[in-house]
Amino acid sequence: MSNAAESRFAPYVGRESAPLVVDVERGHIRRFAEAVGDTNPIYVDEAAARAAGHPRIPAPPTFAIALRANDPRGGIDLDWRKLLHGEQELVFARPLYAGDRLTIVGRIAGAAVKETKSGIMDVMVLETVATDGDGARVFTARSTVLVRR
Amino acid sequence: MSRAIATVHVGDTLPPVDKSPITTMQLVQYAGASGDFNRIHYDEPFAREGGFPSVIAHGMLSMGFFGQLVADWAGGPQHVARLAARFKAVTFPGDRVTVGGEVVARDEAAGTVELKLFARKQDGTVTLEGSATVRL
Repeated sequence: MSNAAESRFAPYVGRESAPLVVDVERGHIRRFAEAVGDTNPIYVDEAAARAAGHPRIPAPPTFAIALRANDPRGGIDLDWRKLLHGEQELVFARPLYAGDRLTIVGRIAGAAVKETKSGIMDVMVLETVATDGDGARVFTARSTVLVRR
Repeated sequence: MSRAIATVHVGDTLPPVDKSPITTMQLVQYAGASGDFNRIHYDEPFAREGGFPSVIAHGMLSMGFFGQLVADWAGGPQHVARLAARFKAVTFPGDRVTVGGEVVARDEAAGTVELKLFARKQDGTVTLEGSATVRL
């Protein structure tokens, strides 16, 4: 990767979205598990979840990305046809449970330029952090998106 | 049942999971459930303007397959401390994706296991490379 200063996203690094309070809902977890085709009953059946030692219905790991922060990219010109998801990382302090109330903040954490075989790409790193009512971090989601020039 | 770390060894493979062929309806379901409404995943003319022959699947859908693979192998989502993916190739409706992985490191004192993951489609193309940290 080249110097971040060359990236058209560089001026936006550090920009943070207004915190958003979201509730983790069991119907949302069920629809997410269905879309993924994940048939583990703990995601849909409270008795199965309890039998597996969970206090409530847990969410599949990647459900975290369905809890969307307010978008910190407001006002940035993005062509969605040229946007590629390059990498994703999720770090969990604990699983998500139906009934959790979390505060989600999105942040533009990085910018760079990358030369690839399909041309020059502007790279943006988006970070989403979720905290619970005690202010403890529940998960961090780090997403690297590339936009073809 | 949670997996006991004493029974896990470097080089162990995770039983691969063969997913059903991706459908356009599934992409619409996933868009709704995930909140990713980029039209490239369900609007055919829009996807063609982007240079693709048809709509493309969300990369995160295949990462969801990683989540299923790792959580089921470890004994539940509470064991997944970290999950990461690099998106290498796109997936189209009709593609059949298989996910699998292997144990690459193990730290019994810390109670953690590192996994290397892959997703590939029917023609052998690797669509995602991934890694995970599992707490056992």
